[in-house]
Amino acid sequence: MGDAIFEGLARFAGIFVLVLLGGIIVVLFVGGLPAFRQFGAGFLISDDWDPVHQVFGALVPVFGTLVTAVLALIMAVPLAFGIAFYLTELAPLWFRRPVGTAIELLAAVPSIIYGMWGFFTIVPIMAEYVQPFVIDTVGDLPLIGDFFQGPPFGTGIFTAAMILAVMIIPFIAATMRDVFETVPAVFKESAYGLGCTTWEVMRSIVIPYTRISVVGGIMLGLGRALGETMAVTFVIGNTNRIAHTIFGPGNTIASIVALEFPESESGSLKLSSLLALGFILFVISFIVLAISRILLRPGAKA
Amino acid sequence: MSATIAVSGTVPGAAKNIAASVQLGRSRHRTNTVVKSLCVLATALGLIFLASILFTLIVRGFGGLSTTVFTKSTLPPGSHGGLLNAIIGSLIQTCIGTLLGTPIGLMVGTYLSEYASGSKLGDSVRFVSDVLLSAPSILIGLFVYALMVAPFGGFSGIAGCVALAVIVIPIVVRTTEDMLRLIPVALREAAVALGAPKWKMIVMVCYPAAKQGIVTGILLAVARVAGETAPLLFTSLGNLNWSVSLAKPMASLPVTIYQYAGSAFEDWVQLAWVGALLITFGVLAINIAARLVLRVGK
Repeated sequence: MGDAIFEGLARFAGIFVLVLLGGIIVVLFVGGLPAFRQFGAGFLISDDWDPVHQVFGALVPVFGTLVTAVLALIMAVPLAFGIAFYLTELAPLWFRRPVGTAIELLAAVPSIIYGMWGFFTIVPIMAEYVQPFVIDTVGDLPLIGDFFQGPPFGTGIFTAAMILAVMIIPFIAATMRDVFETVPAVFKESAYGLGCTTWEVMRSIVIPYTRISVVGGIMLGLGRALGETMAVTFVIGNTNRIAHTIFGPGNTIASIVALEFPESESGSLKLSSLLALGFILFVISFIVLAISRILLRPGAKA
Repeated sequence: MSATIAVSGTVPGAAKNIAASVQLGRSRHRTNTVVKSLCVLATALGLIFLASILFTLIVRGFGGLSTTVFTKSTLPPGSHGGLLNAIIGSLIQTCIGTLLGTPIGLMVGTYLSEYASGSKLGDSVRFVSDVLLSAPSILIGLFVYALMVAPFGGFSGIAGCVALAVIVIPIVVRTTEDMLRLIPVALREAAVALGAPKWKMIVMVCYPAAKQGIVTGILLAVARVAGETAPLLFTSLGNLNWSVSLAKPMASLPVTIYQYAGSAFEDWVQLAWVGALLITFGVLAINIAARLVLRVGK
């Protein structure tokens, strides 16, 4: 009797989690339905965001979300790899735990703190040193130079991506470290025995052995970067325009929802558009996180 | 596994061409040294980021710490307010959110580890829980807004608690399942052999044995939700007046920091930094405590 009740409770709790996910999808979709109905498929390709004329489109925030997340990934992956490599192969044993903990603590710092740190510490550095330097050097190059021009405000897409990179480094590094540690010592020792250097063992043994999980860890970082709200809101410049340079201002789905929500009346088309944006964000991050989970599943090794 | 040792170029026999093999050896070691140095640099950079964040918080926030921060509520600019209502609001919402989410997370973790091995339902619950673990928290805020705030006509502290509870659940699920799986079969068999029904075996043998791990999970969940801003913007909204009513909008440290940091008033910005200092060191302390609990247990 007690067994049946307990198992029932446990199963019920499990089903509750499924209902929760289904609920989030349905609620966001139903909330966004008036906007989808009003604008149809054009919602996805329109770059308007005009509360006065009640015209809304998702193109700019979707573009900003993808660009900042991908840029963040490009910056974070090499650093996270370096940290994971250092922590598994290079660091002295007694040093691994404190350094590993410190890197993990980066993941514990609340998002809003990253926003304030970014706005008050990183933005001035970007505006005074990094951006003028890059604009003066790379900005004059043919073809790619156009992406590195514009006034050096300090805020913008590039700065947002940088802050996001710092935020996702601990997640990617932790996953990489964990999977690097699953490589059987025999494999590494055989390679060392043949005279391989540490880097050659990493490149030829550890990475091929763990590559699927490594990609899974990177996707996990991407999923995190897509939905970050507070940090991005502080530094991205919040303009609903597709910038032509990476130093230009922009917005992301999460930042526009956080900023515009207080000015949206309940039941308005604007609020519905925000919920529709939330639905799009959920779909994008669900796909990315689902891929990450499938790749990180135990037994999904090459 | 096809692990080919990809050494650049062909390896010449030492006897055939000494100069070439010395050359190759040098270049391989040079590459190795360069990569190793870059890795040390990457780690140093990561530590510098953490140090820079903590340094910024201390430099800007420490000067504003005073007893008024803890004894007065938020007040209009220029009238020497504190953060009392925000601190209390954060404590209330974090506690209730954790209290709501933990039992559910615990039961889900139990289900996954004890009842669902190999079942389709179990696999999908585990998958969904792991996705929710990393899902954007702002969407959970929107979800609770549409569910509890819009239909009942108002932002409320309890809506904030529910949003935080939704974030707590997958964190507790993950650690509970992992920790229960570590319990040796012999221990379970001993309990069953004494005639204990399965539920008693779980509650009286497995839970106590996995206690440290489960507590760690709960502490990590507390640390995570204590710093959440985005979901609270849509649910408990924030409140610049003193209020502990769960039916009304409720202040919280992160939301107050957000409101104050973007303001044009110097004393508000200063208070935002004090709040940021408090919340960060609080959250980091809980995180470290969680790790210690696990280590002492081992």
